[in-house]
Amino acid sequence: MALLQVKSMTHFFGGLRAVHNYDLEIEPGQVRGLIGPNGAGKTTIFNLITGIYQPTEGEIIFNGQNLVGLHPHQIAAQGVCRTFQTLRLWRHMTVLDHVKLARYSKIHYGLIGAFFGTGQRHREEAASEKMAYDLLEMMGIRNLADQVVINLPYGVQRRVEMARALASEPQLLFLDEPTAGMNPEELVEMMEVIRRVRDEFELTIFLIEHRMRVVMELCEIIQTLDFGEVIAEGTPEEIRSNPRVIDAYLGKEGIV
Amino acid sequence: MEMRGSTVPPAEAAASAGRQNTLRAKIRSQLAPIPLLGWLFGTLVAMVIEQAVGHSLALAFGLSGVPGLFGLRIMLTKRALIPSSLAYVLLVYILPTLVVARLSAPLANRVAKQLLDRFPLWVSLIVHLGLFYATMHLWGGNAYRVLFLKFILISIILTLSLNLVNGYMGEFSCSHPGFMALGAYSASVLTVLLFVNDDVFGAPLLPPALGPFLFPLTLIAGGLVASVGALVVAIPSFRTRGDYLAIISLAFMFIVKSLIENLEIIGGPRGFMNQPKWANLPTVFAWMAICVWMIYNFTRSTIGKAMCAVRDDETAAEAMTVNTRRTKMVTFLFAAFWAGVAGGLFAHVIGYINPSTFGVYKLSEILAMVYLGGLNSVVGSIAGAAGLQLLMEVLRPLQLFKWIVIPVLLIVLMIRRPMGLIAFTEVNIKDLLQPRQVPGKER
Repeated sequence: MALLQVKSMTHFFGGLRAVHNYDLEIEPGQVRGLIGPNGAGKTTIFNLITGIYQPTEGEIIFNGQNLVGLHPHQIAAQGVCRTFQTLRLWRHMTVLDHVKLARYSKIHYGLIGAFFGTGQRHREEAASEKMAYDLLEMMGIRNLADQVVINLPYGVQRRVEMARALASEPQLLFLDEPTAGMNPEELVEMMEVIRRVRDEFELTIFLIEHRMRVVMELCEIIQTLDFGEVIAEGTPEEIRSNPRVIDAYLGKEGIV
Repeated sequence: MEMRGSTVPPAEAAASAGRQNTLRAKIRSQLAPIPLLGWLFGTLVAMVIEQAVGHSLALAFGLSGVPGLFGLRIMLTKRALIPSSLAYVLLVYILPTLVVARLSAPLANRVAKQLLDRFPLWVSLIVHLGLFYATMHLWGGNAYRVLFLKFILISIILTLSLNLVNGYMGEFSCSHPGFMALGAYSASVLTVLLFVNDDVFGAPLLPPALGPFLFPLTLIAGGLVASVGALVVAIPSFRTRGDYLAIISLAFMFIVKSLIENLEIIGGPRGFMNQPKWANLPTVFAWMAICVWMIYNFTRSTIGKAMCAVRDDETAAEAMTVNTRRTKMVTFLFAAFWAGVAGGLFAHVIGYINPSTFGVYKLSEILAMVYLGGLNSVVGSIAGAAGLQLLMEVLRPLQLFKWIVIPVLLIVLMIRRPMGLIAFTEVNIKDLLQPRQVPGKER
């Protein structure tokens, strides 16, 4: 059974049709890619599935449960987590606090624990701190745990965001341009990180990317979007040779 | 470095700077090994000295009596008395504190270490709080000082709870005086109705002897009423972010005020009196300590840190499983609860309240304390509340000019330190209570 199933999803911004009749089926363990020119509606699709926007029409089914109408935090707690195209970190908080806070839905000590510091709270906070340190270790930024994020270099901030997303224990991870703004070295490292987290956490990954190298190397199946509609879906080889994709997005070699 | 007097050769200037540095280093090395416990011993002894010889010493110096606020007010009004007030402060407060703190440092370090090693953290905390309270109690020897201390403690509750909303959560709430009024009136009505023989409310419903024991419950009830008021503000204004809360909460403050003014049964604009003065210094101090402790706990928990995530990026907080709506509601209601408790205490300190107390003037006072002390910081709020309260009291002899001096000071502060004095700094209680090791003498 598919982990995530989106059926004929359509979304309007006022009179503008941003997404039209979008279908998607992701099997567990897959790495899927979503490509397309700027303004094609890629990030809108992420925002629709993660609950930031409500689709005008259509169904989103995750693990057999309909996600339409749920709040973003409920969807995230179900196991659909994401990163953002423009880093959305909490500027005044430390790296450790970022990762710990993503475990919000796993915290059960409630307000009594928060106000009075009960034993249950100390146990839960200690457990989530340990997990946060493990994740930071894995991302190679454990030594920066007490730093405030705005002081850190861009590549490190990307890793913080990844660690934060993983801390919520997702089954399905959405990556919105994970290598945007990175230099070639950071890019290779990030691809390595993505492969590692997929293997270690048995994650299913859905990613938006503009760099063809990343998409072609990482993804098993790629969707191409243009003006809010899927114009092609297939393996990297199929996409690379698809005339519609070349026309809308990749461009003809002869022209460049 | 710019050289003004060419008569001083650079070498000599450097030497004098060096001497200054070594002097400062010497002072620092003398003070470094004193733990918090040692400082508390020192201040306690200073207060005992003031109790014993303060009055006669003050008379000997030509002062009319023991100076009320460290001689600061005397210095502003009577310049001729500046030297003698300085001498008094030096002899009674500063010297004994320094000497005792320094001499008791080894003992204090040992005690602090034993307390932390042998008992849970709260035992050590209670010992420190007890010593601090003893110091405060001794200093508060006359009615003027006691009232001043109570106002500081109540201001700390108000400032800290408003800092939760304006600092930690990054919203801008203006309704704290409204919540304070709700708490003050609810608690007052309860105590007068239940325990006091009053013209309007008639004979007491319960034996008045029970009153002081049930007083905390009436304060909590006042806090809860304030929370219900907060719910009325929160439901419409937390659907979106931005300026809505500021506008709605400001309106709420005025609505509460005019509601009270029009309720004849609780005195209308004339005010409400006859509250028993049960809020004595230990009571107010205990409530302040509970408030600081709970808010400190809250801000360090994952549930509390969600406030900061909402402030810095709400969309990201939602995407990371944080229930932002619940976070905002809980924070706002919690802050309002403490404003209500502070109001109840205030009413039972003075024994009289009227609606005009809880207006824009009070609001600007609390806001100034929050922004002076520093956003997003428990210590900052305590410092801001105590600092501004002291400043307002000390500058009282300036009369009208006080309202020029204080705003100018605040403006200068906002330019120099836009986030406030101690913003975004947290002190870990455990680190604060640790013994200090003498550098170079470790084992």
